[in-house]
Order: sequence, then structure tokens, then C-alpha cells
Amino acid sequence: MRHLLSTKDLSREAAIEILDIAEDMADVQQREVKKLPTLRGKTVVNLFFEDSTRTRISFEAAAKRLSADVINFSAKGSSVSKGESLKDTAQTLAAIGADGVVIRHGASGAPAVLAASGWIDAGIINAGDGTHEHPTQALLDAFTIRRRLHPGASRGRDLDGVTVTIVGDILHSRVARSNVWLLSTLGASVHLVAPPTLVPVHTTAWPATIGYDLDAAIDAAPDVVMMLRIQAERMNAAFFPSSREYSRTWGLDDDRFRRLAPSSIVMHPGPMNRGLEISSAAADSAQSTVLEQVANGVSVRMAALYVLLSGEREVAR
Amino acid sequence: MARTVLQQADIARALTRISHEILESNRGPDNLVILGIPTRGVILARRIAETIARIEPDAAPVAVGTLDVTMYRDDLSRTRTRTPAPTHVPGSIDGKTVVLVDDVLYSGRTIRSALDALNDHGRPSAVRLAVLVDRGHRELPIRADYVGKNLPTSAAERINVHLEEIDGDEFVSIEGGGAE
Repeated sequence: MRHLLSTKDLSREAAIEILDIAEDMADVQQREVKKLPTLRGKTVVNLFFEDSTRTRISFEAAAKRLSADVINFSAKGSSVSKGESLKDTAQTLAAIGADGVVIRHGASGAPAVLAASGWIDAGIINAGDGTHEHPTQALLDAFTIRRRLHPGASRGRDLDGVTVTIVGDILHSRVARSNVWLLSTLGASVHLVAPPTLVPVHTTAWPATIGYDLDAAIDAAPDVVMMLRIQAERMNAAFFPSSREYSRTWGLDDDRFRRLAPSSIVMHPGPMNRGLEISSAAADSAQSTVLEQVANGVSVRMAALYVLLSGEREVAR
Repeated sequence: MARTVLQQADIARALTRISHEILESNRGPDNLVILGIPTRGVILARRIAETIARIEPDAAPVAVGTLDVTMYRDDLSRTRTRTPAPTHVPGSIDGKTVVLVDDVLYSGRTIRSALDALNDHGRPSAVRLAVLVDRGHRELPIRADYVGKNLPTSAAERINVHLEEIDGDEFVSIEGGGAE
């Protein structure tokens, strides 16, 4: 694999291979020596045009545990704020000798531009582009689901027959998009629940069903309930009357959480708006995988970096 | 043209001898950890552990596990991406005698990777190496302590090791090498 830009073009075999490698990486995290020499001498650049804590830290930890050198680059305080173009930034990174670029960008498609441009001959990992995709988040979600459903025997498994309900701001969520593609590729059936104003216009091609009633979705007893963050920073219009009304109608509050089956798991990609889309009782319960998702994120990103950066470079062009 | 050099019975005899040799040099089955290197080394390690259990029925079963070396290889950027196999090290290896088991010893680079990998798991008091076939052509100063069969080969030849559990049949053969 050369780049990881989207989960849409990931085959079931490729996805399961990354998840299985992530299992090996998770085993390494249990050892006293958590570092592998695998990517020694490689340079990974974290190119973050948008704010992020957990994704950047997670990628940084992943690259360092594989012994790669990590350069962190955030748009704030760099030449980007002086008006440097993506092309010039990329060519600068190429001149430094980056082997892998982890990019987060506010514009959907920026990682694909970087991968196809020829400005830089490095493996590109999409760490979130606009409202398009966030493939490593979906991979770590799938990894977390697989581990919870098949404890100790998750290797090689797909998600056939697993029901996943994704709730919240689908319109702005790259996490939801990546998950819809990946989870359905892995065999899960995905149901989306959101206020009608937060459902994208073109969802007919999505391998998912769409509903507007969270209570009905919870009574259908899904295996997984994934709550999404209300992205206030992307909302420049009134998508719902008030946060209180949102919470009442589409939030996983204590009452809805109690109605969930004890075996179903509650996920959230973080950062959480406690009291808005998820109650503290739900977020801190044993059914919640919020912190597991963070820990698994490092393993999955190690796997992605390994798959992209090891192996003979296909000679470009 | 493949030429069979070890039949199933030969492999069994070699593994039995190796098991005895391990017990002899370790003065019994105590403190042994037998680690197979995927893929076929894992099967061989398991068989050696079973043989030791048969030879020493009163002793506690010997710890047996697997040690994947993919992440420690020195040729990762020279070949296609390799898929790693799981590692399972049974308990601590500190102060133990670790016997690494592989099917074919060739350049010695796999074993070098295994020694590095072992380093990250603990500090054994000694590390030994058991191989089913030693075909020569070492590129590193590494030698095996227990050898099933020495097979002088040319670098152009290929050694095929087939084991029942993985391949459905069992033999060791030499293939290729041109003029015959």
C-alpha cells in the first residue's frame, strides 16, 4: 500500500490485514520495552493544518514506537500563516527527506492532492480532511469493536452481522463517513441517526440506513452505539434550535443509556461534549470504549505506518 | 527438479536427537524456554517440547512459544512489505535458557533479528539455536547449536521444508541449481 487516504477504497483483506498487524502492535504495548526498531532511519512528518490533540499525539507515539524520527508541523506559527501554499510546504518536506506525511487539513481532498501531485514522494496518511474522511479513526473503531466482541480471539475476524448505530452530526463528520465505508466493507450493518438538518444530501449511495429517531434505534438493540461530537466550529448555521433540545432528542442521556443492552458498547471518537451528545454516566461506564479507543489508536496507527513505510518503495513515475 | 533429502521419519528422528541434545546440554528440562520462529519453526518448537515431555515425563512441561522477527529484520525496506505473525513468549525469559528453533539456517540474518527481538523481551541466561537444516552460506557470525541435517547447497538452489500441520505432507527437498 502506498497511501492511506480513504476507507472507501480499502478492500476487506487489506483492512483485516491492518487490523491484524495492529493486534501485534497492541501486544508490543504490553511489553516492558514498547519500542520496535522497524522504521529506524525513516522520517515521519505530522503536517497539521487543523488543531488536534489526540490524533497528533497518537501518530507521534505510533511513529516513535516504531523508531521513526518525527517532525511536528502545525500551520500555526509556520510559514503557512504567512501564506505559503500546500505545494511549497510539500516541496519543503520533500527536500527535508520525509518518508511519510500524516496530514490533517481543513479542505476535503487535500491529502489526495498531496498524494497525486508529485510534489513529494512520501507515503501519505489522511489524518482527517475537512468533512471527507478520517480513515485511521475508522480503523481504530473497527479494531475496538472487534476486540470487544471477540476478546482474545479477534485476529483474522471481520464484523459480519454486527449492528452499528452512529448518532449525531453526520453532515460534518469525517469519522462517520470513514466508518460507514469501512464497517460495511467488514460486513457490519450501519444505521445512522441524526437530526434531518445534519444528514448529508447525497446518502443514497451510502451502504447505510438512515433514521431520525434515536429511541427507536436504541430499542432495536444495536451491538454498538457510536456517538459523534457536535462540531460547533463547523456549524455556521442553526442546525438545531438549542443544545438542550439536541440533547433531549439525540443525546445518549442516562435514561437511554439504561435502556441499552448490557452487552452493547458505547463509542465516542472524542473529544466529548459531556451532557450534550453523551451523558457522563454513559461515557464513564464499563460499556464505554472511549479510552480503549485512544489506546487502540496508537496500535492501529503503528500498523498503518508499518504497512505504508516498510517494504521496497514502488519507484514513483 | 526437486530431490527429497529428508523423509518424514528422518525429520522425526532428527527432532528426537535434537531434543535429547538439548536435555543433555541443559542437564534436564528445567529453566528451558523453547521459542519457534514463524512459520515452520513454531511447529518444530512445539514438536521438540512434546518430545522433551515424553523423554522426561515427570518434569513440568517445558515452556514453548513463538517469536516473530518481522519487525526486527534488516531488509524491511528492500523487499515487499512482510506481514508479521503473532509473538507469544510464555512468561518471563529472564535467567532462562532460550532455545530458538527455525527450519532452515541460511544467511543467519533471521537469527540476528531474533536475537534483537529477544533482547526486548528480557535477558535470558543463555540463548541456543536449533535448526532442522543448515544449508551454509552464512553472512553473519552465527552458528547453530543443534542441527538436524547439514545440507551443503549452492546459493542457486532452494530448500523446501514441508511439515504436516502446514503443508499436509512432510519432507525436505532441494530444488533447482541448474546443471543436473
